[in-house]
Amino acid sequence: MRNRDPETRGSSKALWRGPCRGTEGWAGLGWAGPGRPLGKGCRSGGAGPVRSSGVGAACPWAAAPPCETRRRLFLPALRRGEAAYVGAVVNGHLVLTAPVQFNIDYTGTEPSSPCNKCLNVSWDSTPPCTCIINFTLEHSFESNVFMYYGLSNFYQNHRRYVKSRDDSQLNGDNSSLLNPSKECEPYRTNEDKPIAPCGAIANSMFNDTLELYRIDNDTKTPITLIKKGIAWWTDKNVKFRNPTGDGNNLTALFQGTTKPVNWPKPVYMLDTEPDNNGFINEDFIVWMRTAALPTFRKLYRLIERKNNLQPTLQAGKYSLHIGYNYPVHSFDGRKRMILSTISWMGGKNPFLGIAYITVGSICFFLGVVLLIIHHKYGNRNTSADIPN
Amino acid sequence: MWSVWCAGEEKRVGTRTVVVGHRPVSETDAYVAQKFCDNRIVSSKYTLWNFLPKNLFEQFRRIANFYFLIIFLVQVIVDTPTSPVTSGLPLFFVITVTAIKQGYEDWLRHRADNEVNKSNVSIVENAKQVQKESEKIKVGDIVEVKADETFPCDLIFLASSSVDGTCYVTTASLDGESNFKTHYAVRDTTVLCTDEAIDALTATIECEQPQPDLYKFVGRITIYRSNQEPVARSLGPENLLLKGATLKNTKRIYGVAVYTGMETKMALNYQGKSQKRSAVEKSINAFLIVYLCILLSKATVCTTLKYVWQSNPFNDEPWYNEKTKKERETFKVLRMFTDFLSFMVLFNFIIPVSMYVTVEMQKFLGSFFISWDKEMYDEEIKEGALVNTSDLNEELGQVEYVFTDKTGTLTENSMEFIECCIDGHKYKDCISEVDGFSQTDGPLKCYGKAEKSREELFLRALCLCHTVQIKEADQVDGLIGHPERKYTYISSSPDEIALVKGAEKYGFTFLGLQNDFMKIRNQKNETEMYQLLHVLNFDPVRRRMSVIVRTTTGKLLLFCKGADSSIFPRVQQEEIQQTKVHVDRNAMDGYRTLCVAFKELTQKEYDKIDKQLSEAKMALQDREEKMAKVFEDTEADMHLIGATAVEDRLQEQSAETIEALHAAGMKVWVLTGDKMETAKSTCYACRLFQTNTELLELTAKTVGESERKEDRLHELLMEYHKKLIQDVPKNRGGLKRSWTLSQEYGLIIDGSTLSLILNPSQDFSSSNYKNIFLQICLKCTAVLCCRMAPLQKAQIVRMVKNTKGSPITLSIGDGANDVSMILEAHVGIGIKGKEGRQASRNSDYAVPKFKHLRKLLLAHGHLYYVRIAHLVQYFFYKNLCFILPQFLYQFFCGFSQQPLYDAAYLTMYNICFTSLPILAYSLLEQHITIDRLTADPQLYMKVSDNAMLQWRPFLYWTFLGAFEGLVFFFGAYFLFQNSSLEDNGKVFGNWTFGTIVFTVLVFTVTLKLALDTRFWTWMNHFVIWGSLAFYVFFSFFWGGVIWPFLKQQRMYFVFAHMLTSVSTWLAIILLIFISLFPEILLIVLKNIKEKNHQTASFDLPILVSYKRIENGYVKTEDAVTNLTERYPLRIL
Repeated sequence: MRNRDPETRGSSKALWRGPCRGTEGWAGLGWAGPGRPLGKGCRSGGAGPVRSSGVGAACPWAAAPPCETRRRLFLPALRRGEAAYVGAVVNGHLVLTAPVQFNIDYTGTEPSSPCNKCLNVSWDSTPPCTCIINFTLEHSFESNVFMYYGLSNFYQNHRRYVKSRDDSQLNGDNSSLLNPSKECEPYRTNEDKPIAPCGAIANSMFNDTLELYRIDNDTKTPITLIKKGIAWWTDKNVKFRNPTGDGNNLTALFQGTTKPVNWPKPVYMLDTEPDNNGFINEDFIVWMRTAALPTFRKLYRLIERKNNLQPTLQAGKYSLHIGYNYPVHSFDGRKRMILSTISWMGGKNPFLGIAYITVGSICFFLGVVLLIIHHKYGNRNTSADIPN
Repeated sequence: MWSVWCAGEEKRVGTRTVVVGHRPVSETDAYVAQKFCDNRIVSSKYTLWNFLPKNLFEQFRRIANFYFLIIFLVQVIVDTPTSPVTSGLPLFFVITVTAIKQGYEDWLRHRADNEVNKSNVSIVENAKQVQKESEKIKVGDIVEVKADETFPCDLIFLASSSVDGTCYVTTASLDGESNFKTHYAVRDTTVLCTDEAIDALTATIECEQPQPDLYKFVGRITIYRSNQEPVARSLGPENLLLKGATLKNTKRIYGVAVYTGMETKMALNYQGKSQKRSAVEKSINAFLIVYLCILLSKATVCTTLKYVWQSNPFNDEPWYNEKTKKERETFKVLRMFTDFLSFMVLFNFIIPVSMYVTVEMQKFLGSFFISWDKEMYDEEIKEGALVNTSDLNEELGQVEYVFTDKTGTLTENSMEFIECCIDGHKYKDCISEVDGFSQTDGPLKCYGKAEKSREELFLRALCLCHTVQIKEADQVDGLIGHPERKYTYISSSPDEIALVKGAEKYGFTFLGLQNDFMKIRNQKNETEMYQLLHVLNFDPVRRRMSVIVRTTTGKLLLFCKGADSSIFPRVQQEEIQQTKVHVDRNAMDGYRTLCVAFKELTQKEYDKIDKQLSEAKMALQDREEKMAKVFEDTEADMHLIGATAVEDRLQEQSAETIEALHAAGMKVWVLTGDKMETAKSTCYACRLFQTNTELLELTAKTVGESERKEDRLHELLMEYHKKLIQDVPKNRGGLKRSWTLSQEYGLIIDGSTLSLILNPSQDFSSSNYKNIFLQICLKCTAVLCCRMAPLQKAQIVRMVKNTKGSPITLSIGDGANDVSMILEAHVGIGIKGKEGRQASRNSDYAVPKFKHLRKLLLAHGHLYYVRIAHLVQYFFYKNLCFILPQFLYQFFCGFSQQPLYDAAYLTMYNICFTSLPILAYSLLEQHITIDRLTADPQLYMKVSDNAMLQWRPFLYWTFLGAFEGLVFFFGAYFLFQNSSLEDNGKVFGNWTFGTIVFTVLVFTVTLKLALDTRFWTWMNHFVIWGSLAFYVFFSFFWGGVIWPFLKQQRMYFVFAHMLTSVSTWLAIILLIFISLFPEILLIVLKNIKEKNHQTASFDLPILVSYKRIENGYVKTEDAVTNLTERYPLRIL
């Protein structure tokens, strides 16, 4: 593993000149790899001040005022300190196989953007405005690739928005289907018919279509995007259910309801496959899990690695075909498409690495300082305490 | 008189009229029955039907409960972010717990009431005995009480089974005095000792309206016999049998009920005990106000920012999130107001709802540790400490002034006869190792200087002049061993027993009182009989008592004994000098001295006295004054025989205790009724005054007796003031307890001088005497106040209590005369001593011995204070870091009042997840072991002046809470910059965000407590790890089910999903570590610093909370060496 360190590090540095920032963070982390001995020294340094306060029976100079209570106090501290170092070191290794990420803003606010023409699209514009953005991947995506859409300045966590849903309707409750909760107001009924699914969240469901093509010698090959398996299993199978009744005909089951105002078509026409249609449509389910912050990403499609020989996405030219339906310009929002691979720790995130490295360094530094202090003053204490 | 009474004057406020047996006096009498209350005792507060409304009303009068009620109502009415359940449930919980506690207490009272009210009593009706329930007794009923029964109401004693019309009563349950008191039946009714006879009695009783003084009663009975003039007899306390007292050694008695139910003296005494509040509560309220301000400002900031943010139309109402019609139509002002209220509701958890109930539980449960303390258990009386109120536990750790009684508190109050002097000749018991009783032939020989007749007169005086009773020993076989020893002496005053025993040593034995005849056995083993004519009882104002007896030869003798100051003015002046020398010397040695005098009365004189006494006793008004006047006249022109010296031994360890209290920075004042010399020597003995203490005296002696008193007093005051205050260099002025550094001063003042200072006789431009005096007092290490009346004791306490900075005062005493000061002080402590239980009943805490005060204050008080202070600070801290992320979240959700946490978490946080660890901590924590706390009194100073609840520690906790809140929120915020936290690329929503923050929060605050805990018991482990486990378990459970009663299934599998992500685990661990890091660092630094300072290193839990002791106390080094000697293992 360590042998591969410099090599991988170099490559990652070379590769990530692209649109995604934050490489510095990872580069910093990479430093922790060769810094493993440092971690070790760190640990003993960390133990230093603790021992000096009288933990270890092994330390002769700690014999002066040890005390049960102090030991109880410091052991957890020591362990947590160690955990920080170990964590930092481990993390450093993980980074080396860290996820790669590519992201592209297709809002179209700049006049040069191909999507600029669609900027002021409205919900009911037919036919849908489409635009194509070409881009180059400078390195290949080795493992499975996850395709996200990202929105900015979109307050999915607004209180009025968050509560504007009826979970029992979504759970297939027939009475709620025809009589949605009051929380759905003002998206509860339309023309005296109950809306299914009701509420602001459902009404504002993301409806851009994104398609990915690989450009190989001017021929466009579509890349297979898998639309299932993007929602939580429990949501798909337990929390969201289509209404029950005679037969499986969704059209009949949703009889007596109307589509959400902004939707072009009703809920039972979201998809052609029956196990991905109606309330259990995964795009819908993903949208219904409200994001924590106004800038968020949601999983859109999966790109599976076909075979072991070829990377999922080779470096090269690609083109993104966008069915631009979702207006964000009115509230100063942005739209992005993100391609990312995922490690066992999840997507790319510099935060944890930086934080662990920083905390670890501080601990090490303090450990050294305290050790020095202890050695400087500890001896005096020892002699002073001997008469006792 | 009679006609006046007939005219219906009986309704005047002062008296009530009771018709004995409800038999009208005469047919012609237009007697209208007065209404009296029935004999039901109601100590309970609630009944079954009014419990709910009344209790709720009482509870919502508390400001905190009311606040939460308002919040709850706002939630119900206004559309708020959190459901009313979130604040309703905790409130309901708190209210229910309190209601259950109060209901249980009331149920106990009901049960006790019923026991009393439903007990059977016999009432004589129509010459027959009728069994009735106690509560049915009416005023005027004739009640029969048998031996060992308790009196069901206040009765006038009519007749008893003994011919002489006496009965013995013990009032142990009333005032704790276990000796038998003799009560006397009305003289004219003593013969009516059958049902028939008593039923034939026609009489009315006129007496005062009920009043609480147990020892006062004034009344008159008028007895009508056919064809005879009505006879009127006076009634006094000796005729009144009090409810609650028990009949002893008498087969049965008849009495007529005069006061019933809630009007009995016992019931009146139990009413209206004042509530004491502790200083900690004041701090809590101050902090509450701060947090309320934080809350208000948060809500204001959020509301303002919301409208600033919303001024942008696409922020206010983007297309995806339209308002309802109703929302659009509301007026803007109203909308702002509801927004403000909504923010208030969202942040209201910052004021901890459960803190009050936790504090109350902590106090209630914590007080058991005092009563369970085995070290405070006294083998002699087979009792431990008693806690009467649990509200003041922590106040025990804040005491600055200790006011102690001397007799029975510092001393044993078990008297021993040491010596006497007869006509100036000293008689010291030189054969004390042999029990003097067997030495029948003149043990006085070694000092036999006085005339034999004088000696005998003196000893007879000792044998006769007292109110001692003989109690027969219970076992019959006592006859075999020591036939003479089959009895014990009982008396309300231990001095008298010591004197009688002393006389016994010298050959005169008191054999008891039978039918008004006192029997004594003299040195020649002959029995002498004296008829007891009158007892002029002891009272603290006269400070003397007398008896008048008739010898068998018909001589009338008056014996009087009392304090020298009250005897000397009443004897022949030429006799005083020789005795005075002895008395003064004895007093210097710390003995209690009494002088004995006698006079012979002629029959004529006696008749006059007898008449006067009877008249005075008969008087309905001003009886006290009249009696006092007769006593004054009678006890005059006597002849001094001699004086006695009785030693009151110091209680074990009282000196050590006083020293420890001094070292702990407390000032000890002794308030006693004793003589100055006696008190002074006791103070030296118990090291209140050290040899190097400079004494300042403000007594009758130094001030002088002349009319220039005030001038002299003025001079003295000015001189002392100059010495103590003006001459002390000013630079030490800022430092509290500066006296510890310089010369120690002691002040002695006596009662008369004190009253001169407090109530100057003339308007003498001396109104600031009190101030000067107070300043002098506060500068003295020790103050001795002697010759104090009970009320003066209370006055002193109040004076100190009301000085600047209102120091916490503690009074400790054992007798009835200490009750007033016990009630006055912040903390009142009673000693379960020999002078009855009145003090311990009125106290907040009662201990068996003075030495127990040391542990009570230094260990228990300190610990309770640290515990409750930590509890309070921790509560505010944990709620601040609970709510701060919620506040910060508003900046990221468009100020829409979106809650960060799920409603269940909001509700359960304070009730379930974090309540028990702090409760266990606040009950069990011993950050310093009890042994060390008791051994090193200096530690007490570290918590003085409410050190842990000052603004500094409060700010520290607040900053800690704010820091952690920031870490929680921004940690999660940066974590969520990630595209996905799961290894399958799926994304988390806002509820996962909140759950991560909440998980970090719960773990951090619990582990923070674990860091602070120094004393781990299995209970701490159980609740700390148990709470965390419960949180995890609950989260799984709460997220594992689709709850049919919930409108939204927000938490469905959120927690489980969160835990499948490795990043989340790493982030949670990291955030917990970062949050606790400053705390850990501070502990390490503190340790290093302390070691470098080479002080005895105490590991203290809350770093900045402890006050620093300014550059050492004089005795620091002694204390430390002391400590190392005692605890070598701990230091090495």
